[in-house]
Amino acid sequence: MIQVKNISKHYDETEALKNVSLHVERGELFGLIGPDGAGKTTLMRILMTLLLADSGEAKMDGLDVVKNFKKIRNIVGYMPGRFSLYQDLSVEENLNFFATVFGTTVEENYELIRDIYYQIEPFKTRRAGKLSGGMKQKLALSCALIHKPKILVLDEPTTGVDAVSRKEFWEMLKKLQKQDITIMVSTPYMDEANLCDRVALIQNGQILDVDSPQNITSKFPKKIIRVRSQEMFRLINDLRAFEKTESAFAFGQFVHFTGKNNAVESAELKEYLEKLNHKSILAEEVEPDIEDVFMSMQEQSQ
Amino acid sequence: MEKIITVNNLVKKFGSFTANDNLTFDVYKGEIFGFLGANGAGKTTAIRILCGLSSPTSGEVKVAGFDIYRETEKIKKNIGYMSQKFSLYEDLTVAENIRLYAGIYGISPKKRKEKMAELLQKLEMESAKNKLIAGLPLGWKQKLAFSVAIFHEPKIVFLDEPTGGVDPVTRRKFWDLIYEAANNGITVFVTTHYMDEAEYCDRVSIMNAGKIEALDTPEELKKRYNAKNMDEVFLKIAR
Repeated sequence: MIQVKNISKHYDETEALKNVSLHVERGELFGLIGPDGAGKTTLMRILMTLLLADSGEAKMDGLDVVKNFKKIRNIVGYMPGRFSLYQDLSVEENLNFFATVFGTTVEENYELIRDIYYQIEPFKTRRAGKLSGGMKQKLALSCALIHKPKILVLDEPTTGVDAVSRKEFWEMLKKLQKQDITIMVSTPYMDEANLCDRVALIQNGQILDVDSPQNITSKFPKKIIRVRSQEMFRLINDLRAFEKTESAFAFGQFVHFTGKNNAVESAELKEYLEKLNHKSILAEEVEPDIEDVFMSMQEQSQ
Repeated sequence: MEKIITVNNLVKKFGSFTANDNLTFDVYKGEIFGFLGANGAGKTTAIRILCGLSSPTSGEVKVAGFDIYRETEKIKKNIGYMSQKFSLYEDLTVAENIRLYAGIYGISPKKRKEKMAELLQKLEMESAKNKLIAGLPLGWKQKLAFSVAIFHEPKIVFLDEPTGGVDPVTRRKFWDLIYEAANNGITVFVTTHYMDEAEYCDRVSIMNAGKIEALDTPEELKKRYNAKNMDEVFLKIAR
């Protein structure tokens, strides 16, 4: 449904995208996972026909993003990272406006947005600029869906959003996916990768990997040992000072440790920490998560 | 333990809307205090009051020993503040930003020069000294913004979502700085949407609809809510 082949784009001296290739299948929920400045927005804007690539090709539902840009605009819905509705129009007026621009009516596609829109419908006469963050997000999503797009592209819809609202937002996306909409969504939250069918890990304009979240973590070659003791700050520093340490990073209540050449066992680590007088030591091997993989790839690519 | 912030029955109303509904809590000197809550729970309102930028409707609040109604200027001198949205002037250079903040806090030129050299060396940013903020990577900006926020050696630093959007390695390096500041006796008051970061705090409060629903160490909260991590605790309280 989305094909990207060798796309590069630069701004002045910054190479925003370096020879990026990927594809998204019809009906997939596809994640672009990477920090600010990775190139996520640039890629999305090229796919939305809002920006020209320097080189390479991209197709949306078989349509070329340069030659067929007008046709593409009718079949895609886009929710940019920055709130881009009309602040001085009401909720209802915004929705009607977008429906009219796409030659349809709110009634015609109401079914698609009902679950989302009913939550803001009580405020339909309020100006969009006066809505709370969560309500703005729901309105923006309703407007992006009102012409029943085949492909929905969402640029960091959950950035700065609390954990509860983030969860609800992903539940909405899962529902939309069932209505035969292909979804590409970007996020800087690594834990959201697990909610996608497949993801591209992206950093400094380069794709580090494209695969299902399960495959990305299961093919990770390094052994992760999670460690904790009573003094977390000292623990991190002591682990970093250990000669056999490759990396030691805080992961919530644990420190995730990797040893040089994968050659450190948890028993050895425990012994080292006991010598340093750490109390209540726990050291056990765990499955890596996406963030472990991303951080390891990031260190390698630098 | 010495209390650095005391809040008693803090209420803040905007018209008929109660943004802070009778908050009572203390923050201890040198601790990392996580201030969590859903969007719209009232966190920003409370932080603005603690920073002396807004007055409560009622209640008693002391920050760094000063009264929130009568001594806001003294409070401002004793705190640092950094937010994700605004922290540095994009069209000034690194050195100009440091000079500006040092000037605002009345640091002498001699001391400023010494501290600036020390700071740039520590951040490994000497080569970027005369570069505009606008062109720096986000991770650098955040490190610098944090360092500028504690440049005048405040008693408390308020961090409002300091790590939003950065890559996972940079995010963790930022927390190294937070730990270091706390180790040096600066009290850190931090908000975040990353629940793994809640685990790094000494104590965490969770707000919902204007009230503090829970306040304890991450360990105790997980026990109380029978949750395996802070994400679960948060979902149980805020949903």
